[in-house]
Amino acid sequence: MITNKISLLVGGEAGAGITRSGFLFAKTCLRGGLYVFGANDYQSLIRGGHNFYTVRADAEMVYSQADTIDLLLALNKETILLHKQELVSGAGIIYDGDQITITDEELGRNNIKLYSVPLRKTVKELEGPPIMENTVALGAAIALLDYDPELLNEVLRDTFSPKTAELNIEAAKQGYNYTTEHYRNNFGYKLKKTASAGKHKIFLTGNEAIGLGALNAGCKLYAAYPMTPATPILHFLAPLDREYKMVVIQVENEIAAVNMVAGASFTGVRSMTATSGGGFCLMSEGLGMIGMTETSPVIVLVQRPGPSTGLPTYTAQGDLRFAIHASQGEFPRVVIAPGNVEECFCKTIEAFNLAEKFQIPAIIISDKYLAESNETAEPFDQHRIRIDRGQLITETEYTGKEEYKRHKFTENGISPRAIPGTKGAIVRTNADEHNELGYTTEDPALATKMADKRFKKLDALTKELENYETVKLYGPEEADATIIAWGSTKGPIREAMKILSNEDITVNYLQIVYLTPFPASKIQKIQQSAKKTIIVENNKTSQLSSLIQEHLLRTVDHKILKYDGRPFNPEALARSIKEVL
Amino acid sequence: MVTLDDLKTPEKNTWCPGCGNFGILMAFKKALIDLNIEREEAVLVSGIGCHGKMINSVNINGFHGIHGRVLPLAQGIKLANPNLTVVGFAGDADQYNEGWGHFAHAIRTNIDMTLIVHDNMVLGLTTGQATSTSQPGFKSKSTPFGVIPPMLNPLAHALVSNGTFVARGFSGDMLHLKGLIVEAIKHRGFAFIDVFQPCVTFNYLNTYDWFRQRVYKLEEAGHDVTDRKKALEKAFEWGDRIPIGIFYNKERPTYHDNLAHVKDEKLTKLPTKNVDITSTINEMM
Repeated sequence: MITNKISLLVGGEAGAGITRSGFLFAKTCLRGGLYVFGANDYQSLIRGGHNFYTVRADAEMVYSQADTIDLLLALNKETILLHKQELVSGAGIIYDGDQITITDEELGRNNIKLYSVPLRKTVKELEGPPIMENTVALGAAIALLDYDPELLNEVLRDTFSPKTAELNIEAAKQGYNYTTEHYRNNFGYKLKKTASAGKHKIFLTGNEAIGLGALNAGCKLYAAYPMTPATPILHFLAPLDREYKMVVIQVENEIAAVNMVAGASFTGVRSMTATSGGGFCLMSEGLGMIGMTETSPVIVLVQRPGPSTGLPTYTAQGDLRFAIHASQGEFPRVVIAPGNVEECFCKTIEAFNLAEKFQIPAIIISDKYLAESNETAEPFDQHRIRIDRGQLITETEYTGKEEYKRHKFTENGISPRAIPGTKGAIVRTNADEHNELGYTTEDPALATKMADKRFKKLDALTKELENYETVKLYGPEEADATIIAWGSTKGPIREAMKILSNEDITVNYLQIVYLTPFPASKIQKIQQSAKKTIIVENNKTSQLSSLIQEHLLRTVDHKILKYDGRPFNPEALARSIKEVL
Repeated sequence: MVTLDDLKTPEKNTWCPGCGNFGILMAFKKALIDLNIEREEAVLVSGIGCHGKMINSVNINGFHGIHGRVLPLAQGIKLANPNLTVVGFAGDADQYNEGWGHFAHAIRTNIDMTLIVHDNMVLGLTTGQATSTSQPGFKSKSTPFGVIPPMLNPLAHALVSNGTFVARGFSGDMLHLKGLIVEAIKHRGFAFIDVFQPCVTFNYLNTYDWFRQRVYKLEEAGHDVTDRKKALEKAFEWGDRIPIGIFYNKERPTYHDNLAHVKDEKLTKLPTKNVDITSTINEMM
């Protein structure tokens, strides 16, 4: 009997509530005190096709999905056929035998347990909507796992309106009772409430964590146009606008969004937009304008595979170079890549601070896998990254001796910022090259001086970042190999490290959190002492390797690359690492 | 009390002598004076083109943005700080070519601001190509055999996009234009003025004389500014007689009117301490 270690997959057609039921199961595990990781996989369609959600729950921290499945909730036959090879020996399938017939030949496995539960019949008897078949299946899963059904009921009550909740609780109960009656003590996996059961930990996506970070940082204007996988940030913030007294607005396109947040930032308001690669293309010109006008909105780039529309609902890390270089001309920026939800939260606050302090655009780069997967975390510390608005003139009246100059030359290039409406200060900025007052100029000496001014800020920023955790090292300092990676690969890498350490293979892992300015010296220190370096990246050309080569004049020893739109699976990754050792 | 002197800037003006932009510049300054708007309370947003140089000629807050994007930039400013008087200046190519997509959306969104389009029916700063308000047959460097498609009709578009203030001015009649700008700024909601602004260098067709012979004032013709259908009829009038003045002026709730939660909140008064998000975090347990 395996207790408190389960990998579950719920699959079915789009529109069948797959993500919701996966999430409900995950929350049920969370409330029992387990660590949970939930990932969704869906296609770019609204009905039909195949969607699935995987939940991995464990008494110990889990950083990613598992490679294999212990329990399959198959809401259609396709789910069984597509995922049968991922099932471990002794795995179970919950399905509705009234709707699905599967022959031994079709299954092609003799070490799988089939648990037919009358999902449709139950829902019909309860006169519920067809989508409630999931809930019956969830009840069945709780029974098979000998878990506490009250935990599921609680989650249902928290999720649905009282009436819908009661109906779902009844559906789950029917599934639970049927399964208990027919399959008692039949399954080799069990879940048990732990000592830390209750509402103690949070379970959220990267997108939600970025949204929380923005709220905590005092973001007061969010403008965006829907684009998968960045849209959930808009969905998250839109209903909260009243509570947080902010403006959340869906605009006509990403060009409008980026210009709108630039305008808001000009007035001194913290503002943010988010998009994916295609929308970021449209924002490129605006990004340059932000650089030139020294405004400071935060732009979130949630990557998906390209080029062009690519695989719209899948994951990739192909836009790193794009984020670093987008827009014509040269200007300083900061590009930050969180690797888990806690970093999504903290780095967003940091992004707001750095953008304002150095009056530059801040780009947070994540991807579909991080953005839409749910992870368990301790409730965020709301005071860890304190709001720092930089040199902002907050008095209602400007009392400087000389005329206020928005782009005043200073030692570190940072011009104290007044906001429009400040008495005695005229605030003028310009996407054309300009003088200190913001008036257009074409003077060569002034153009040089202004470019130098902007890049002095980069020096100041680079210095400031020396004290930031721009890179993180996991694992022992001495190791057989050093993995170097950025962003969402963090989860699978940390899981792979667990697997390898069980086999007495020691690897450490250097996570690069700040990609611009590139923390070259910190990386160099670690790379110099590394026996072997391995890049792990979700792209075709290993953009991180090229950055290391560019900044450190060093090559890496191995590259493990994946660009099929899917995240790394930990065991497969561990195997790949072993192959190159 | 703001004066013409206060609004002067040290910058050298680079418009051609006789440029239609001068009329708009003076009309705007005089409108600010008439309305007694303090320099610190007004924001001038301009796009790319000859008109964009407005930024260098009025000493008030200003943001000279990129081509075609005056509207979202100006909307962002106004959304963030509704206490500011925000006036966007765009060119015909700037707004009606590059920025056409934002036009209808800004009108329907109805954020309380003013848009003034310098419509000289040609691209001036890029040295004289046809634009979307050039007349069919207009010969330019890019259309040596004459413009093929018909002109865009921005006024009609504004009217059918649910515009609440739609007007047309002529920079050759500065005082009339000033009156329009005053009304536009006073209007609660999105106000739009298309301004005939002769390009003395590149538009050989639509000259001061050409306009003078044709324009007549709607207010002198007994036009009812609250009748959208009549306004639309007037918007289609083109040829020997072309109307200027206010075509339509009827307020409806602004975007801010529907944002009760930020009505009394000055967004710019940002918290200096981290915002308490406990209740939202708790939702995730």
